[in-house]
Amino acid sequence: MSNEIEAIKDPGLPAHVHRRADTDPKAAKKAERQVAILFLLSALGTVTLIGSYIFIPQDVFIFFPVLGNTNAHQLFLGLGMAASLFFIGMGAIHWAKTLMPDEEVVIQRHEFRSPDEDRAAFVATAKAGAEAAGLGRRSLIKRSLGLSLGLAGLSPLILLRDLGPLPGDELSKTSWKAGTRLVTDPGDRPIRAEDLEVGAVAQTLPEIAKGAHRKLSDIGKDAVLLIRLRPEEFNLDAERLSWTHEGIIAFSKICSHMGCAVALYEQQTKHLLCPCHQSTFDVTRAAKVIFGPSARPLPQLAITVDSEGYLVAKQPFTEPVGPSFWERSS
Amino acid sequence: MTARERIAGSVANYVDERTGAAAWMKKNLNKVFPDHWSFLLGEIALYSFVILLLSGTFLTFWFDPSQREVIYEGSYAPLEGLKMSAAYASTLHISFEVRGGLLMRQIHHWAALIFMAAIVVHLMRVYFTGAFRKPREFNWIIGVGLLTLGIVEGFLGYSLPDDLLSGTGIRIAEAIIQALPLVGSYLAFFAFGGAFPGEAFIPRIYTVHVLLLPGAFLALITVHLMLVWYQKHTQYPGPGRTEKNVVGYPLLPVYMAKAGGFFFIVFGVTAFLGAVASINPIWLYGPYTPGQISAGSQPDWYMGWLDGLVRMAPPLETHAFGHTISWNILIPGLIVPGILFTGMALYPFIESWMTGDKREHHLLDRPRNAPNRTALGVMSLTFMLVALINGGNDIIATTFHLTINQIMWFSRIAIFVLPPLSFVITKRLCLSLQRADRDLVLHGRETGRLVMMPHGEFVEVHEPISAEKAWLLTQHEQNPALALDENDSRGVRRPGALKNKLRARLSKAHAVAVPKVTAEDLKEIEHH
Repeated sequence: MSNEIEAIKDPGLPAHVHRRADTDPKAAKKAERQVAILFLLSALGTVTLIGSYIFIPQDVFIFFPVLGNTNAHQLFLGLGMAASLFFIGMGAIHWAKTLMPDEEVVIQRHEFRSPDEDRAAFVATAKAGAEAAGLGRRSLIKRSLGLSLGLAGLSPLILLRDLGPLPGDELSKTSWKAGTRLVTDPGDRPIRAEDLEVGAVAQTLPEIAKGAHRKLSDIGKDAVLLIRLRPEEFNLDAERLSWTHEGIIAFSKICSHMGCAVALYEQQTKHLLCPCHQSTFDVTRAAKVIFGPSARPLPQLAITVDSEGYLVAKQPFTEPVGPSFWERSS
Repeated sequence: MTARERIAGSVANYVDERTGAAAWMKKNLNKVFPDHWSFLLGEIALYSFVILLLSGTFLTFWFDPSQREVIYEGSYAPLEGLKMSAAYASTLHISFEVRGGLLMRQIHHWAALIFMAAIVVHLMRVYFTGAFRKPREFNWIIGVGLLTLGIVEGFLGYSLPDDLLSGTGIRIAEAIIQALPLVGSYLAFFAFGGAFPGEAFIPRIYTVHVLLLPGAFLALITVHLMLVWYQKHTQYPGPGRTEKNVVGYPLLPVYMAKAGGFFFIVFGVTAFLGAVASINPIWLYGPYTPGQISAGSQPDWYMGWLDGLVRMAPPLETHAFGHTISWNILIPGLIVPGILFTGMALYPFIESWMTGDKREHHLLDRPRNAPNRTALGVMSLTFMLVALINGGNDIIATTFHLTINQIMWFSRIAIFVLPPLSFVITKRLCLSLQRADRDLVLHGRETGRLVMMPHGEFVEVHEPISAEKAWLLTQHEQNPALALDENDSRGVRRPGALKNKLRARLSKAHAVAVPKVTAEDLKEIEHH
């Protein structure tokens, strides 16, 4: 295939150059000693490992430049192990490089393709086998076997059905109901409007009965962020404004992009930022997305106060919280 | 005959009479392996896999893969009395109470990073030298499979401790599953046993992480190595090396000593990293709860590019007929990676289609002699690098005092502009290097010695290069592009003319080269 008229000639394998250890017994002896020293260093490493395991207590910290304060037990255990392994390898390779034969050997490759007669024989055997089984002629057997294999293949899928419940409307619902108190997380204390100064942020959850267990999967939908601004700083329509209380606005803390906790609040710009993918939401405009990959604002929770002056939800969330899913309608 | 020889002889006899192993061993102990540092990259991947099996087994003795809620009562005071999962608590126990536990955790994590890095660099070596060509396409596909499984296995592994950082990663994975049209929310509920996070996920991925995937790895690695063994290793071009032979060292003793020794070196270096370099200090992150997060959430590097793509995606969602399709998740999270990995797996077939080359290749290409392939590789790497940089945009922003917005917009533009640009530059560079090779063969090496001619002119003395070097620089094939005429001899358009046109164009792009020096050229220059 090549198009050159006359290529430059292959000069062939270069002549072998002997190493000093090949010809000089003294050099060979020296190389042998070097290999032995490397193996002994490995043994020393193992002794360090055993010694550190037994004698260094687990709570001793020592200072090393660059490393800082380091746990001595774990450090010397590791260094011992590293030396014990590393020097075995160094010894073996030094041995191979200095004392084992270093003359290159040439072997021939063979074509992978089978000889034609083998191929023909294979085809004949395979055909004869299929013929003997009657796979071609007996279509009833072929079809019924196909059916049963296909059905049998389905059974693992059936058996895996109990991996989890059907989603139902779980993804669309949270624990928030009209009148549910907002309580601090952590602490579970109800909050009054005056507990929050202007510019402050609070992480809250819906109140649950004392002693009741709060499931992580509930926190994953219920987490709400309270932010207090000056009422005149809002740029909201009348309805959304009525969902705030004395400058306090509540958003789902679960990112509308991929569900991370939207926890970074920038007081100066009044932006909420999700640390996972940097979706940025403008608090003054009902958490409108102003940057990043999220396509929807954070759902806003309508809040008000109850008769005792504690912040409560005015109504449940009006849309599903968290990342999008196929059945989500808006 | 010494006593030792007698015992060895009778053992060997016992085995051989039952298996006939001697004939096979005789043949294979003399197997020849070519020597080159870049052939060690795959070995590093193999050895880190062994290290992962050993250190991982150690960790399973204490790790409790359960999301059952416990109160922490261990020796790490800052988390005293906190509610957490048994998985997280047992990871703390391994880190602080089990002697050597932290070391093993760190060795395991470092080995995972080295495993992935070695796979990627090994893949680059195989790609840029054309080692994937016939007959090694199967092994290329197995390699792509191993890379993909490695990414999944690594992700599952660092998710197991159930700390705040890894829990956030699982949350993102759940959102990707949930975003699948039609079946998403069902699959998510099946995977998590209900609403996220539930209590089923960690025990389930534990089974996958320690049983299913390692089993798949073992099977694939075995086939990968058997094929390398059977097909014999490729070799770099050089004097005396041809498509028909293998030049190297025999398995016994040199290669065995070197490869065996190298295993210990890799293990030793990993242990050293585990001893001195802290990695994934989960006690600093705290237990996972969906309502909290830490700033600067970063996945491990081999997931970073994926996260970077998700971060730069435009905010696109379709809402129609009561349903939602999240393009902002599907495109960067599934569609683009799917195209990239499928394209990578199919590349050997695409290249052979473009060049029409169906022959076996055992001599490796110097990357400059395949400019199109090299440029395509650099282009893909550039794409990945831009994505990876964007995956760390928050860290870069705080380190270099930039805004996230600047980096994000840079990445959004760069992901389209830089890859094609790097293609053009790389191709140019390859051709320039070919030209430099040509000059070197024709005019020899510059000696730096200036000589004043009798008439006052200064010239630099050039020395001819060795015959070995001249051969190395000219041994490669330069094949013409495929000639695919759009019309047949009667001027009628052939069927599939459009496909042929594309193929001819690609083939032409692939065949671009600076003509290599021939013996003819050298003779001609001698006359001057």
